[in-house]
Amino acid sequence: METRWIGRSLPRLEDERLLRGRAQFVDDVALHGALHVAFVRSPFAHGRIRSIDTSAAARMPGVHAVLTAEDLGRLDAPGPVLVPPPPIDGIEFHARTPAPLAREVVRHVGEAVALVVADSRYLAEDARDEVFVDIEPMPAVGDLEAALAEDAPRVHQDLPSNLAARTRQSRGDWEEARRAADLVIERRLVYDHGASAPMENRGVAAVWDERAEQLTVWDTTQAPIPVRGAIAATLGLSESQVRVIAPFIGGGFGPKIMFYGDELLVPWLAMRLGRPVKWIEDREESFFSTTQERSQIHHAEMALRRDGRILGVRDRFLHDTGAYDPYGLTVPINSQCTLLGCYDVPAYDSEFTCVFTHRPIVTPYRGAGRQHGVFVIERLLDHAADELGIDRVEIRRRNLLHPDRFPVRQGLIYQDFTELTYDSGDYPALLERAAEEIGYERFRAEEQPELRAAGRLVGIALVTYVEGTGIGPYEGARVRVEASGRVAVATGVGTQGQGHFTSFAQVVADQLGVHPGDVRLVTGDTQEFHWGTGTFASRGAVVAGNACHAAALEVRRKILRLASQELEAPEEDLELTGGVVQVRGAPQSAIPLGELAQRANPLRGAVEPGTEPGLEATSYFGPATGTTAAGAHAMIAEVDPETCKVTPLRYVVVHDCGTVLNPMILEGQMHGGIAQGIGNAFFEELVFDDQQQLQSGSFMDYLLPTATDVPAIESHHLETPSPLNPLGVKGAGEAGAIPVGALYAAVVEDALSGRLEPGTRIDSIPLSPERVYRLLHPDSEHTAENEGHEGDAR
Amino acid sequence: MLSDFLRHELGLTGTHVGCEHGVCGACTLLLDGDAVRSCLLFAVQCSGCDVRTVESLAGQRAGEGAATEDPLHPLQEAFREEHALQCGFCTPGFLMSLVPFLERHPDPSDEEIREALSGNLCRCTGYQNLVAAVRSAARRLRAEPGEPDAAS
Ligand code: FES
Ligand code: FES
Repeated sequence: METRWIGRSLPRLEDERLLRGRAQFVDDVALHGALHVAFVRSPFAHGRIRSIDTSAAARMPGVHAVLTAEDLGRLDAPGPVLVPPPPIDGIEFHARTPAPLAREVVRHVGEAVALVVADSRYLAEDARDEVFVDIEPMPAVGDLEAALAEDAPRVHQDLPSNLAARTRQSRGDWEEARRAADLVIERRLVYDHGASAPMENRGVAAVWDERAEQLTVWDTTQAPIPVRGAIAATLGLSESQVRVIAPFIGGGFGPKIMFYGDELLVPWLAMRLGRPVKWIEDREESFFSTTQERSQIHHAEMALRRDGRILGVRDRFLHDTGAYDPYGLTVPINSQCTLLGCYDVPAYDSEFTCVFTHRPIVTPYRGAGRQHGVFVIERLLDHAADELGIDRVEIRRRNLLHPDRFPVRQGLIYQDFTELTYDSGDYPALLERAAEEIGYERFRAEEQPELRAAGRLVGIALVTYVEGTGIGPYEGARVRVEASGRVAVATGVGTQGQGHFTSFAQVVADQLGVHPGDVRLVTGDTQEFHWGTGTFASRGAVVAGNACHAAALEVRRKILRLASQELEAPEEDLELTGGVVQVRGAPQSAIPLGELAQRANPLRGAVEPGTEPGLEATSYFGPATGTTAAGAHAMIAEVDPETCKVTPLRYVVVHDCGTVLNPMILEGQMHGGIAQGIGNAFFEELVFDDQQQLQSGSFMDYLLPTATDVPAIESHHLETPSPLNPLGVKGAGEAGAIPVGALYAAVVEDALSGRLEPGTRIDSIPLSPERVYRLLHPDSEHTAENEGHEGDAR
Repeated sequence: MLSDFLRHELGLTGTHVGCEHGVCGACTLLLDGDAVRSCLLFAVQCSGCDVRTVESLAGQRAGEGAATEDPLHPLQEAFREEHALQCGFCTPGFLMSLVPFLERHPDPSDEEIREALSGNLCRCTGYQNLVAAVRSAARRLRAEPGEPDAAS
């Protein structure tokens, strides 16, 4: 019997190294004689650099170099546009990318202007304080609406305004939908997302081996292969001279996919100074030097019939891209394309405007703009339901796409440049299951009235969402049976805690009839595998997982072919099980795979022309389009009118990401995503003052949720396999985080219903005890210390 | 800093550094049996003290290969089985915070566990499986009392 490992909650193979404190993270790489880098960063959000005096710092003992943009030679150039704009008619896009060190003008607080290299990090940081940077401050702008005003301070002087991009996508006839509607809901909705704040900051270490002419770079990147390409191209090396290793990474969540100037500077310094060089970001720096997400302001309208059926949606939104836009339009395109969610919306007209501001750069962070879109449609539906006197779950039920509609072509270009097409799903089943698990009807009919009568503010809410995942272009994998019988797998994607070592081993083990523990996976080392793009858009399991599957399948074919000769039995009669190949049911015929691998690699004798040695195969998987996962989250939560805290009492997730490789790992992804969603909805906020100085740039002020803030999550899975890949998987990495803001707004609004003045609506995220207080006491003078910094959150 | 000293002078890189301002708990280790944040201590302050890092938890024998390694501490074992770690960066800090907690609370309630966990930050797991792991570790430790190092 061949064993099936896919679908089992196998404990992770990588854990032992991590638990014993033996896993190697970038800062753990021991580099004899390494020099350390510290960056000098702008204290102002906008200003002209008058001069940088490095002389005092350069004279300090232990300091090897103090450099500014002037000293960087050909590195002193704007970085690449990592994602070009998609092919959408009439698109306007102004690419402005940062140079490794700013020259002339600084455009956000924390932009690097100089660097110090010294014998130790302590010395480098001391010397940093002796670099005298004279910057003439200039007015800065962070508010999205203000930034588009004619007289607004301009982020890029060579552009006529702060407009970075504008894109419109539509289908159906919105004007007609509006005319035919019984109700048109109009809302201004603001969604602010924050910093991904992985527990491990970023870091880069590099060694140049002069004799071998080899550069080795350890990097906390989610995309080691593109990083290698960029380093080689910029430093004038052949790609085979550059090895980039993304070892264990302490969480990524998106921003570690960016290509940063420091990822070039550190290897360049190692070559220039002939010494190993290391830079490890500190937590404060990470709030500026690592990208983040922030707000969008939506002016959205929804046209509905009296029975609650949506006729159309029109949306105009502003998107904060920060001081530069190296990652193109991925985030706002995701918002635009995710907004329609699980619903049947005949007419859609959406246009977004990306705005340059004097704030750190925005690139995707878990959810990557999808939560902004989900927030808009879910809020519109809640409010439409209220106005039409329809239950909030019922209105969703009436608008869901039915399972017989798949594939659903949305007529919109998605972030992967193909038409957004939902491949498969059963949205009514998701909704009904979530409603049932949380006991929606009973709670509404019985429990909530009782709780209200007892004076308790307890609400219930349910939201749905889709997540376009698993996009191309492709990933690859190489699978090889070694003479020991163990299986070596290499793939190009980096891994940041998603359990790829285990889930990919399960995929390979199924094809080769070995135990996953005998499968050793290497990821994120360009020397092991050098084709691929990286871990983003919840694509690891889909794209790299299917590449592993394809390569394992090819090795399986080779095993069968060879074993059939050796055993003189037809391939159909053979089975792979327990690490051997044998005639089915005849263990005496068994050949261990390791032995077969040796026979496939003879040291003497002739082989037939065209034969490849060994039991090895490399395969690629490139999906035609992304696959669409979906889910429903439901929550019961209580608001304490005194402390204004929101306590989740129950949290139910029903999720469908196709075939599940390892349910335990999948559930972990859900838990973590939801915790980040809760942080986003209620705890975390990047608060800038009117000089665009960040007021919450430490873990004292930027509050990550702790174990007492996150509830126990009840998760349930439905499986509609994706028809777009052999494993049937859809991505799951971001799903947990996507709908939580919409859910919080709805549940708090429901809990407070009856206590709010008529017409009071929750129209922005994040919430906080402060904002709940002000909802309850609209006339109150009470303001928190943070007041006045809300800028675009109002 | 004690954390830097351990990591970069002694090569004990199991202790991680996530914030360097005493909030995240990734750098937690045992100083004379108490969980402390090593990013807030100077190495010289600890002269003469008993310092235990995550590397000591399984009581592994230095220099020997994987085959002869001591088994994981029950807490480590529970972390693995309950999937209480994803990227694993926060893990050493959680483990070292929980060792004295479990000594003092052999049979903790879920609320006590969450309270104990709330001193450390984890960005990956959402804490739920950490709670389950502590519960399960407490059970194991009660079943096999005595010095964890000598437990098997
Ligand atoms: S590194 Fe010590 S508490 Fe965060
Ligand atoms: S497992 Fe990644 S921070 Fe906890």
